[in-house]
Amino acid sequence: MTPELMEQGARARREHEAHEAEAASGGRSAAFGRVVTAKEPDFGTGVALYLDDVTVSFDGFKALNALNLMIGVGELRAIIGPNGAGKTTMMDVITGKTRPDAGGVSFGQNIDLLRLRENEIAEVGIGRKFQKPTVFEALSVFENLELALKTDRGVRASLVHRLAGEQRDRIEQTLSTIHLSDSAARTAGLLSHGQKQWLEIGMLLMQDPRLLLLDEPVAGMTDEETERTAELLLTLEGKHSLVVVEHDMKFVDQITEGRRKVTVLHEGSVLAEGLLRDVQADERVVEVYLGR
Amino acid sequence: MMSRHSIAVLGALLLVGVLVPALNLLVPAGSALHLSDYVVGLVAKIMCYAICALAMDLIWGFTGILSLGHGVFFALGGYAMGMYLMRQIGHDGNYGSDLPDFMVFLDWKTLPWHWALSDSFWFQMAMVLVVPGLLAFVFGFFAFRSRIKGVYFSIITQALTYAAMLLFFRNETGFGGNNGFTDFKRILGHPITAPGTRMLLFVVTGAVLVGFYLLARWLVGAKFGRVLMAIRDAESRVMFTGYDPIAYKLAIWVISALMCGVAGALYVPQVGIINPSEMSPAAGIEIAIWCAVGGRGSLVGPIVGAFFVNGAKSWFTQMFPEFWLYFLGALFIAVTLFLPQGLVGLVKRRSRS
Repeated sequence: MTPELMEQGARARREHEAHEAEAASGGRSAAFGRVVTAKEPDFGTGVALYLDDVTVSFDGFKALNALNLMIGVGELRAIIGPNGAGKTTMMDVITGKTRPDAGGVSFGQNIDLLRLRENEIAEVGIGRKFQKPTVFEALSVFENLELALKTDRGVRASLVHRLAGEQRDRIEQTLSTIHLSDSAARTAGLLSHGQKQWLEIGMLLMQDPRLLLLDEPVAGMTDEETERTAELLLTLEGKHSLVVVEHDMKFVDQITEGRRKVTVLHEGSVLAEGLLRDVQADERVVEVYLGR
Repeated sequence: MMSRHSIAVLGALLLVGVLVPALNLLVPAGSALHLSDYVVGLVAKIMCYAICALAMDLIWGFTGILSLGHGVFFALGGYAMGMYLMRQIGHDGNYGSDLPDFMVFLDWKTLPWHWALSDSFWFQMAMVLVVPGLLAFVFGFFAFRSRIKGVYFSIITQALTYAAMLLFFRNETGFGGNNGFTDFKRILGHPITAPGTRMLLFVVTGAVLVGFYLLARWLVGAKFGRVLMAIRDAESRVMFTGYDPIAYKLAIWVISALMCGVAGALYVPQVGIINPSEMSPAAGIEIAIWCAVGGRGSLVGPIVGAFFVNGAKSWFTQMFPEFWLYFLGALFIAVTLFLPQGLVGLVKRRSRS
């Protein structure tokens, strides 16, 4: 390889890195102009997550039935549906907890999520908040965020790990975003339910994921906390892609602001998709929610 | 200015390294301050147990994985040391042969292949680490990769130690069958029962215990330790945060097994015998009991627990031998019900109120 070619490659790589932030807004350019690295999702086509005919069955019961779903880069999408519609199973499939019987799941246009394990999926940039808040109860709030910080996840690195000043700043910043600055030294197990939810969201932010999956993020929160959560999620839109599964229609209305798409799941596939008011007016949706 | 912790560590080192040898060797036997050989031997034995309890705490107390098979690692380390000690007997055995007595008894003419390098102290010392470490690595790799957790893991570890015990019971395995190894005469050419040798072994054991305590403290204090605790509390969250729990579990599992192997190697020359009963499931459960009684999740706890339970055991078995097991059972139930943090937790609670 000639030095010119190497120089050219390095330039392309630098440019790619400089434009990474832009990619959130679509950042489309001709496919041959971009350098693709193995562990980086390529969002060139504007699609962050693509579920293609995904089917999952448990003992004959189809939890997901040929589900198709596409989430755009930087999009905030709300997903609703009655109990047993397959919302949590869908998240399990995306994060590698459940393997589908058929179908494909890709992140960006180059990463096949079905080939990766849970921790590898987290490493390529997908963060997940569970329905029941799961934080590390014995550790302090600060330590919880520290573990989630994006650094080398290896055993050897963990033995010599020291927090750099800027990393400490990032943790402090996240602490104030999730309104837990005063509780930094508190044991996470002693937090209220709503605070645990916030801490878990904070841990996701520390991971700096490209795609956030949130399973009922406001369950058990007070009205005020719910409102603050909605505000927080809206500030993340654009920088990250978000998928929010929620039962609380008021919250769905708050985060979609009458202009973002809502997807309705029913019996493992998409029943309707569109603005909340249109979806709510859809007869089939009304039927599913209220029964015949 | 030294912290309270480093003063305590230094104190422990002075105790085992200076005070006990002085009281045992220099103070005449009639004096009130004299420490009898019996007490020194007992403390040495319990220090070996304390190392096991500490190892158990790392895997159970901090990582949430209860192993009931740690006896196998302890015994393997002990057997590796025992093989060397058997060769050190030389011609002084009952049959005056080149071969260890049990081989003569079985009418073997040559050493089996796995005894080939057993007269080398350093080779056998390497085996003290390699054999338990390798077994732990292979077993742990498959168990953790298959995501075997909780009570299932505990049962499998118990099966492992039981299987090893049955294997070592067989004469054909070449480890002395159910009699194991005993009648040791020398270590590195020195008579093994001489006061000086015994005291040196005692001091080495004490130093190793303190060293392992410091190692455990370092591991737990690093981010590594926080990941272990995170695995204990919410393994799925650890995975979805991007950590590979298998690597962490395997690392601490192997470290824990190595510590037990070293404890076994220190135990055998001081107690003078190793046989397959060290691998019995009951032996593995006892290690867990020391750890629970002292206090899981605190590094001092398991050491305190090993001393408390074994001290009680030697007192009880002298006074009311037939009641010991009842007492042990009652103690375990009482600790589980009333002292989830163990004895150390009790002290902490007292000092707070």
